[in-house]
Amino acid sequence: MPELTPAELRARLAEVMPMALLEPEPLAITPPPSHGPQPGLFQPSDPLVKPDHLVAAALFMRDTLGYAYLSDIAVVDYLYAGCFELVYRFYHPAGGSSLVLRVRVPRDHPVLPSLTPHWPAANFHEREAFDLFGIEFTGHPHLRRIYMWDEFEGFPMRKDFPRQGDKYLGGDEG
Amino acid sequence: MLQTQELQVNIGPQHPSTHGVFRMLVTVDGETVVDLKPVFGYLHRNHEQLAEANTYLQNMPYTDRLDYFNSMANNHAYAMAVERLAGIEVPERAEYIRVLMVELTRILNHASAVGFMINDMGAWQTPLAFGMREREKILDLFEMASGARLMCNYFRFGGVARDLPPEFIPNLRELLRALPAYIDELERLLRDNEILLQRAVGIGILPPEVALSYGVSGPVLRGSGIPYDVRKAEPYSVYDRFDFDIPVGKVGDVYDRFLVRIEEMRQSKRIIEQVLEQLPDAKGGHINPKARQNVRPPVGDAYARIESPKGELGFYLVSDGSAKPYRYKVRAPSFINLTPLADMCRGYKVADIVVILGSIDIVMGEVDR
Repeated sequence: MPELTPAELRARLAEVMPMALLEPEPLAITPPPSHGPQPGLFQPSDPLVKPDHLVAAALFMRDTLGYAYLSDIAVVDYLYAGCFELVYRFYHPAGGSSLVLRVRVPRDHPVLPSLTPHWPAANFHEREAFDLFGIEFTGHPHLRRIYMWDEFEGFPMRKDFPRQGDKYLGGDEG
Repeated sequence: MLQTQELQVNIGPQHPSTHGVFRMLVTVDGETVVDLKPVFGYLHRNHEQLAEANTYLQNMPYTDRLDYFNSMANNHAYAMAVERLAGIEVPERAEYIRVLMVELTRILNHASAVGFMINDMGAWQTPLAFGMREREKILDLFEMASGARLMCNYFRFGGVARDLPPEFIPNLRELLRALPAYIDELERLLRDNEILLQRAVGIGILPPEVALSYGVSGPVLRGSGIPYDVRKAEPYSVYDRFDFDIPVGKVGDVYDRFLVRIEEMRQSKRIIEQVLEQLPDAKGGHINPKARQNVRPPVGDAYARIESPKGELGFYLVSDGSAKPYRYKVRAPSFINLTPLADMCRGYKVADIVVILGSIDIVMGEVDR
């Protein structure tokens, strides 16, 4: 069973594509308090990749390292840090724990290249991220809403989406 | 040469064979499928956002409603994710009870999946009744343990809600005695029926390299011949203590997926028997008494996955240190297993679509979330 740690993956990526890696900055997950102690910052240990180099890094995972099972793409909206983080999770078909690539895109311009033309497993994950978070994947062959209807406005999983009283609920219902 | 014209046909959303409200936009040339676009979202309730407005424990009954056939398996994956996030330990006995419940769920799910698939082939209702027969007995066991048949809500952080009642084990042993004959009977329904074999063999072929590139999991992946099972690939709970095999298919058609499910039921029975042997010696109670249910995990993230009957079920949680998850993401196996549906149906007849969809085994509660 191949067992690569996130630190080893970082080292391998730094060898092959030094331009692709970013120094991960800790993310503010809650608003700064007016008083009292500062809450902890979120600091993941996985490699953080530049959006432009994501496809190359993912294909390196698949073709060179053999992590050929793309299991999950999760989007997290860090409202107070002003960015979306995408968590790409890969597994080796022979077994073992996951390896993760992280990508951050700014909230006001969430665009990144699509993995779908190279790796069809990303298809529904990317459509879901587009539908619920409004992240645009350039080069996706069929980027349409997957859950919500096509005329729906807004992106419901964003942290600033109104929970109550929007136009679809009709007035403020409490 | 006969002039033909391509035609677009809608199957669903209200159609008895789509396993819920699922729509397929099929382009056909005569009877042959040229292209297929799955359309869903009819059951979408933004489960993830609902979960982010709840505390961690309040979400436990919500996970039951994802894949409503396998509420125990959903509970297990979610409980594992929260336990990893908050650093809660689970006693040995609780782990065995969890494995027992999830393996019973697997038998239940596969029996009804096979019944529904034969139903989709046109053997209306009677085989489905065979598939549902033992399911009832397993649901009775769930009712003894958790108080509910379908929405069990049985797992807690650090264990399960209550210990097994005294009548549980004798009833389970009785079920296990009847199970081999029942599984053989279910297998013979398709294997010995020439008409059903014609509908299953060589239909909906998914080659192994294609299956892997689409990221499918569970019996669909193993039916294509890739022996990937989370219970072996990344053992969780106490699965490393059991002796069981991973059945795989040869060509990846509907028939192989059927055979994989039948064999997995036998392997689940093997695991349950080993659980019954090891359960009396297991240390600890049914729950970790120090585990707080009202958790406030430290800032961080965690991912936990299990081999749910339908495939890899994962929960990704991010905590901001409060009592509610900051991000709650479900990696739903039914949803991802639908990705290669168009590739599997292309070139086959319209009537085969229904069978291929039945062989993937989806539940819309989980696809749409």
